[in-house]
Amino acid sequence: MAATSQHLELSHEERLREQHLMLDPKPRGEMNAMVMEAMHTTSWKFWVMAVLLGGIVLIGLFGAWGYLIAEGLGVAGVNRPSYWGIFLVNTVFWIGISHAGTFISAILRVFKAEFRRPFTRAAELMTTFGLVQAGFSIFMHMGRVWLAYWLFPYPNERQLWPNFHSPLSWDLLAITTYLLASTMYLFLPLIPDMAMARDRSTGWRKNAYKILALGFRGTEGEWTHLRTAMSIFAFAIIPVMFSVHTIVAWDFAAATRPGWSSTIFGPYFVVGALHSGMGAVIMVLAIVRATMKNMKYFIRPEHFDAIGKLMLIISMTWAYFFFNDYIVQWYGGDRWTKELLHWHEAGPMGWMWFLMLIVNVAIPWLVLWNKKWRSTPWVVFVVGLLINVGMYIERYIIIPISLTINRQPFTWRLYKPGIEIPLSIGTLAFFILLYMLASKFIPLVPVWEVQEGQMAHSVKKFGRETVVTVSELD
Amino acid sequence: MNILDLNEKGAKGALVEEAQGKWGMVIDQDLCTGCQACVAACAMENNIAFVGEEDAGYGRSLQWIRVERFWEGEYPEVKMTSFQPKLCQHCHNAPCEPVCPVFAAVHSPSEDLNLQVYNRCVGTRYCGNNCPYQARVFNWRDYERPTPLNNQFNPDVTVRRRGVMEKCTFCLQRIHRAEDAAKAEGREILDGEFAPACAQACPADAIVFGRLDDPDSRVSQLSRQRRGVHLLEELGTLPRVTYLKGE
Repeated sequence: MAATSQHLELSHEERLREQHLMLDPKPRGEMNAMVMEAMHTTSWKFWVMAVLLGGIVLIGLFGAWGYLIAEGLGVAGVNRPSYWGIFLVNTVFWIGISHAGTFISAILRVFKAEFRRPFTRAAELMTTFGLVQAGFSIFMHMGRVWLAYWLFPYPNERQLWPNFHSPLSWDLLAITTYLLASTMYLFLPLIPDMAMARDRSTGWRKNAYKILALGFRGTEGEWTHLRTAMSIFAFAIIPVMFSVHTIVAWDFAAATRPGWSSTIFGPYFVVGALHSGMGAVIMVLAIVRATMKNMKYFIRPEHFDAIGKLMLIISMTWAYFFFNDYIVQWYGGDRWTKELLHWHEAGPMGWMWFLMLIVNVAIPWLVLWNKKWRSTPWVVFVVGLLINVGMYIERYIIIPISLTINRQPFTWRLYKPGIEIPLSIGTLAFFILLYMLASKFIPLVPVWEVQEGQMAHSVKKFGRETVVTVSELD
Repeated sequence: MNILDLNEKGAKGALVEEAQGKWGMVIDQDLCTGCQACVAACAMENNIAFVGEEDAGYGRSLQWIRVERFWEGEYPEVKMTSFQPKLCQHCHNAPCEPVCPVFAAVHSPSEDLNLQVYNRCVGTRYCGNNCPYQARVFNWRDYERPTPLNNQFNPDVTVRRRGVMEKCTFCLQRIHRAEDAAKAEGREILDGEFAPACAQACPADAIVFGRLDDPDSRVSQLSRQRRGVHLLEELGTLPRVTYLKGE
């Protein structure tokens, strides 16, 4: 109650300023200094964590992968009929995580959602680093990874091309396009911040920022070019984002397998990707806010509130697509599909199916409708974590569990992961490590974007009425 | 003008030549005793590695042909049904072929067979997932060939290394040898002149191999029997193996 009474003492205007970053401007110099400080302040805990994660990456990712390459896939858990195992689950999962970045920085930018401003970069970094892990997982899965370049259309004396009939070829092109486009799209809004950091650093950092800032001085012409480039990219990357996960879904939907050949897999996978991606963004924001200096100013409960609403809507959309996928397959009455659906729910891994529905649907619906709960960082962190567990399970059900059942009952066999487990932990550790290191080198908050938003917003008084005004900038 | 009843051929809407095929096999389930001689002969002929008990139990055996056994009822009231030797069906519309990103699973237009190019395979295993007959096997490791097995390699067949897919070829090396011999003598291949290892080894003569495009060949005559079925015909894969089974 104390908080409420204190609240009442504040004027309406003060309360607005407290709640909304856009209405709470700080001088530009001060804000720049805050971001630089957040980047430079490193506690001993950071280094302990970094060394720990580095060790996990070395052993769990590169060590185990080397062993896998040397010994063959026999050390993994894949078998017949589960030819695809956790490697592909990881691939789909990380591509899913990467969707949140584009969703937040491109779609919300195009729709001018103002709450996006302080965390577009934090989300875009997830896209790039998530795609790196997806790439690792795809290559781990290959039987002869040293010949992986055969998948690329490169000139060779035998005039052999990759098979463009194969969904895997489409997949490779889509993921490569997405990785390149999202990296460029990460870099464009970074240029003014790199210039800002260049002007405020010394030594090797200054030299590095100097190169990355591309000589940006902040002239009118440079801003015009930057804005034009960014709006082209923001619009162009949205269809790329949709195509990537649709094509990942086609890897399954184009196959002749019960449970896979479902026409709704394309949009279903895109929504699933956004579901796990938004959960991951909110987790990252909660951690960044709790651990990095000055971040409580930039990332506020209003942001968790806004992402929480999106998560709730996406959870409902996911449930809708899940139901669609299920009912059409079940109603179809195909013998093997029926067998498979029964296996999902009542097989030895049936608990996974129910857990997936609880954490993907029931928990978000029960928690996120409440504004107070969805504005509390630790609550949404837990919800985001659970959603990611649920989405991981969803992919696990679609890949190894569904592969267990095919049209040849003689070959039905359970899948038990082997070396996939250290490799999965390794990719997760690598993602976190990359993110941690990046947070010490790249301003996690796009300062210029926040400042631009704050310039556009103002609190005005008309008589006794306090009114928030927004002016159009571009 | 030949209007054929495609329904009788079992190829709904497909072209006549496609429905017919070139090389084909008939497996008589009523004759099969499940003795596994075909499995052993196939392994000898095609340099198939033995994976050991543990891997075999985990679904990693490399058999190109396997004898599936089924039963009805619960123990002790068990009624055995006939054995079903299962191998690559050499589909005309093979689902494994289009999904390979590097053209390792390819169709041979001259033989109308479904082939695997081992040294092109990069091991994505998509073909294995997409085969409705689960006829494809993967080299999970480099398997050892303890003495004296290392002395019995067939020089006509590639030894596969870890990381590649493999499957039944209808003993392509034997087909080619017979074709070469026939060509040298300026004649067509005679029906029953040669057989793949499995058919040669079958003591019950349950496996018959030959030309499907020759209506008088033994395999054509047998496959036209009313006992004949194609496995998972409804998928439109146009398999080249016909299973015979009485009521």
